[in-house]
This record gives sequence, structure tokens and C-alpha cells, in this order.
Amino acid sequence: MIHLQTDVLIIGAGGAGMYAAIEAAKAGSQVLLVDRSLIGRGGATVMAMMTVAAALGEQCPDSWENHFADTLAAGQGLCDEALSAILCEEGVTRIREMDDWKVGWAREDGHIKQAHAPGHDRPRCVYVDFLNTGPAVSKTLRGKVKNTTGVRRIGDVFIVDITVQDGVACGATGFHMESGEAVTLAAKSVIIATGGLTRLYGRNSASLNMGGDGYALALRAGAELIDMEFVQFFPIGHLAPRLVGLDPIMWDPFRYKLGGTLYNGLMETFEDNYATGPTRSDGNYVLTRDKATYAIFKEVEAGRGSPAGGAYLSFQHVPEAELRRNFGPVIDTLASNGIDLTKGPIEVAPIAHYHMGGVRVDASFSTAVPGLFVCGEAVGGANGANRLSGNGITEALAFGARAGQSAAAYAHTHMLCWTAHAAAATLDLLARRAQSRTANPAQMIAQLQALMASHVGPFRTQAKLEAALAEIDALADAVGDAPLASGLPFDAMLIDWLDLRNMVQVARSVVIAALARTESRGAHQREDFPGRDDAWTLNQVSALRGGVVELVARLPRTQLESVA
Amino acid sequence: MIVTLIVARAAAGTPSVEARFDVPFTPGQTVLDGLRYVRTHADPSLAFRYSCINANACKECMMVIDGKVAYACTTRLHEGVQHLAPLPNKRLVSDLVTEIAPPDERLFPRSQ
Repeated sequence: MIHLQTDVLIIGAGGAGMYAAIEAAKAGSQVLLVDRSLIGRGGATVMAMMTVAAALGEQCPDSWENHFADTLAAGQGLCDEALSAILCEEGVTRIREMDDWKVGWAREDGHIKQAHAPGHDRPRCVYVDFLNTGPAVSKTLRGKVKNTTGVRRIGDVFIVDITVQDGVACGATGFHMESGEAVTLAAKSVIIATGGLTRLYGRNSASLNMGGDGYALALRAGAELIDMEFVQFFPIGHLAPRLVGLDPIMWDPFRYKLGGTLYNGLMETFEDNYATGPTRSDGNYVLTRDKATYAIFKEVEAGRGSPAGGAYLSFQHVPEAELRRNFGPVIDTLASNGIDLTKGPIEVAPIAHYHMGGVRVDASFSTAVPGLFVCGEAVGGANGANRLSGNGITEALAFGARAGQSAAAYAHTHMLCWTAHAAAATLDLLARRAQSRTANPAQMIAQLQALMASHVGPFRTQAKLEAALAEIDALADAVGDAPLASGLPFDAMLIDWLDLRNMVQVARSVVIAALARTESRGAHQREDFPGRDDAWTLNQVSALRGGVVELVARLPRTQLESVA
Repeated sequence: MIVTLIVARAAAGTPSVEARFDVPFTPGQTVLDGLRYVRTHADPSLAFRYSCINANACKECMMVIDGKVAYACTTRLHEGVQHLAPLPNKRLVSDLVTEIAPPDERLFPRSQ
């Protein structure tokens, strides 16, 4: 067994985790940054091809309060306004800092270029050409973390549980994936930066490691989850023909640069039939993500879908030279997939993309468990019922920095409280792993993903949700409490079993919150309860009770007095 | 269509054994799609690295495919036989998994 100790332990080395590491080390803490994947390679940030919202005021005058107002409007009354304000105000600082670190935000006419993404009142979104935002952010942070004194980075470490002593987080316990050896990590404070849960769905834009493991870690440590019913489906995820080498959500920036047009299977435009707000003066599209998802689902349901079951997206009206100028080398990647945008449309359909819910934190990103902090997508509340486009990377960086500062401050005033006893239950679990010739945890994950897609997508009914809950509980029983394992190094069965253990717990938290919310709002649409009900302008909280995740509270909306 | 994936399987220090998996596919699907099919339908113990699935962003799924170093996530399946082996110039961990992390990102930094 390997035992390491540090001041601040950070689990997850995506954008949020790396930023947290930089800030915690800057505040004088020794930092251990671990990831089950390689450092800065897994997670959502590296996959982001899109834009990053921050009120820089480079393209036109702007202030963070404008961005805040748009964020709250997209969140439809459910945002934790203190968190939203941090996102919008400190996001500006972080995006400027990334510019200082030479991330390479696209520029024109001597200023950082800001695109006008849907849901924003003005051009606000920065990016790195071409479709290179996430890789550039990841690369910049990888370099920065590497050169930050006091940060040790370790990949291939799978964290099984946060380790808790007398109700206080004292580290984490897991194993080294390459050797299979148990690993215990003692820390004065712990940050969960593991991203969201979109891997719960069959069609998703997530990395492998985004099955909600951070939520499950937080739950078992004694923390609470909030807003778990709100899963954002990205409306125009690539559907057909098969596209590899690019993130399936790549089409959106081209839509707002070039005005790509959506058609149904009858080659009719349909977005205007679902728009409730005014159209933009430049004629570009206006539907926010939740409404566009709804529009495509409804067209398919009415028998007007494209052959693969989505909608057509066409750029045929755009001259070839302009396509080449905007898509750059991406045109060649598309060609290698047999896609020629001048010749015909591609097919798109909603895809699980982001989770608004997550671990409940205060404005210092501290959970209900002393010593346990959370940042990035794993945090719930900042985006309410629907996330504004461009807020994903911004929150990763802004929340990462804050959580890093808070966890370092905590570590300065607290001692290590690690005991071997606190890790015993997790080590016992790992020791119980046994080989099986019949069970296949990878197959069970696929079964759960299919269930979530068919029964807990953006459009929900009581009957479907109840059926899903029964199947999830049956699956949880089948998972049991003895890990399956192959017994080989890089144990694929053990990893899948541990993921599944987390995924069934997190899936349950989504379903029970969706069942209880008898209204339709943002990303949560109940076909049996259409329309928003103001009595539901509240946030649902869940936590473990007797080992089972249950709804434990309904919170009235928290408004930030100084701004609202 | 069917492809037969012939995978060189081994743990560190043991001789490799060829495992054969027949995988149904539709044109456009990739070697990584095929490997994930194997794990779900045939052998859940088959070890290979990947994170971003098919975006070619994480760069973790590099292996030797039909004799050439390539990414499993962007190499297409084709009818007939495809041979898969771990990277030859990295320390073997298991099956198609090698130690690819930079030395300063390893738990045991002094291992090769």
C-alpha cells in the first residue's frame, strides 16, 4: 500500500482542478493533484471546442452585471445567485489571466474577439481558433501547473472514497490503476473537481470519467447534492454520418458565425415555431439550448425527423471560400469523415452535454463536510435550470481558483486528522474484489445508459420516471457490495464496477428529483406537467439516508441582495 | 459487416497471447468502438486506455494497429482482420495499456 500526505488534495485534473492547484500552491499549500486519467487530458475542458463567456468589454462595452443578468435569465429563477455572481465577476479575471498566460484567445482589430452566443445580450464569448478552445485551455494550464512550485501531479489514480474522520474530510482512498496497489492520501483539505454526470446517458459529449463519480464521493462523505434533476441536452450534437476526431458538439460556433440552418425531415425550417422571444436583428438563431432541444424532439416525435432521428443542419448557403476561412483545418477533418458541407446537410440531435446540478456548496465552495470543497461542473446551483452557453469553462476556472484559495486557507488553520481506521471500510471494499465469469459490469453500464436515455431524458413523465427508479434500484442490488475484478493490472472490470456503483447512486438522485418536480422548467420538462409553476421556484436537496440517496430539503430561492 | 480483431494480450512480464474477437460494425465505426463492443459483449476484462471517446482530444488511445502506431478512436474498422498491439516503446502494463504518462506525473516516478 502507498501512503502519501499533503496539505490540499485535488481529485480531478481538468480545467477546474488545475486552476485550483495553481491557486492553492500560490497561497502556500503543498498540493497533490490526482486524476484517474492523465493530467489535463480527461474531463470536459479538453473536449470543449466552443466559446467561453466573460464580460471583458473588448468587442463592445460590457460589465459582469450584464452577464449575470443573462445567466439568471437562462437559469429561470433557480440560480444560486452568489455562485452565479462569482462566475460572472471572477470569470473576467480568470479569462484575462489565461490571456496573460498566452492561451491565444482569437483577436481581430487589435482586441480579443467576442462572439455573440445565444442567450447573451451582446457579443461576450471568447474562443481559440479553430475549435481549439478546450485543448488550448488545457495545454496552458498543464504548462502552468507543471511550473508551479508545490504541486505534485499523479495520473492513473482511481479515488474510491473520500476518507472521513469524525465527520471531517481527512483525505481519500483508492488505488493505483497500473499496479492495482491501494493508495491512501492524507490531506488537510480535499477538493472534488471531477466534472459532471453526462456519461449516465447513452448519447453524450462526455469523457469516460464523467459518470458523476464526484457526486457519489461527496454523498458518501456526507455532503448534499442540489438541483440534480437538471441535465442539459445540447440541441445539435452530431448524429450522422459517423464523425470521429471531433467533439460531437462542434457545430454550434459555426452556427453563430455562419448562420447554419436547421431543417426537419421535410426540409422545412421549424425554429421560429418554437421561439417565444424576439428574433435577433442579424437574423441569427435565438433559441436557447432547452428550447432548441425541445423543438428537435417535438419534430422527431411528430414524424418529421431526419433519417437517423434528428434534424438536418445545413451550411449550403455559405460560399465555399467562407466555409474554408471559418472552419480552417476542420474542413479537412470533416472531409476525412466523408462530409462536404457545400454538397449537403449533416444530421444533428440533442446529446447529454452538461449537468446544472451538483454538490451543494457555499460561496467559499465548502460543502457540509468540513475540509471538503468542490469546484467546476461538480458544483450545483450556479446555472439554475439551464446553463447559458459559454459558462462552462468560465465556471471551471473561476470556481477552481476560489476553491483552491479556500482549501488552502482551511489547510493553513487545520491539522492533518488522518487515521488508518478512517480508510478501513474502503480498503475492505477493495480487498473484497473477486473474479467473475458471468457478470459484466461494462454491459450493466450500457444498460443504465440506455435506461437513462429512454426514461430520464429532457422530456419526462411520472410513469417513465417510476419505471426508471425501479430499474435503477434493481441494478443497485445487482451491483451489490463486492467488487468484480479481472485480477489483471489496469483492471477494466474493477474500474467499471466502481463506476457503476457510483452511477447507480447518482442516477437515483436525478430520478427522485425529477419525479418530485411536478412542473416544467429549463432542462427539466414534464410532459404530464407542462409549463412553469411558480410554487416550484425552489431548489431540491438530496443526501444519503441509511445508505440510500433521498430528497431531504426544498430551499427557497436565494437572491443576492446587493445585485438583484 | 464483421471484423475480426486479433489482440495481443499480456500482463507485464508474461508472454503475449493472441485473442480473437468477431465484432459486428457499420461503416464509419472505429477500432475504439470495436474494443468497447468487446468489453460490453465478449470480454469485460480487456484493458485499453481511452478518455474522450472519439474526439481525439485526450490522445490516450494510441496503440499499434496493423503494424502502425495510430489512435484507436480515429482508425476505422474494416471487413476482415485487424491486428491490435500495445505501443512497443513504452513499458507494458496490461493488454493494450502502456505507461504513457510523463515521468513527473507517475506515482512511481523512477519506473522507466
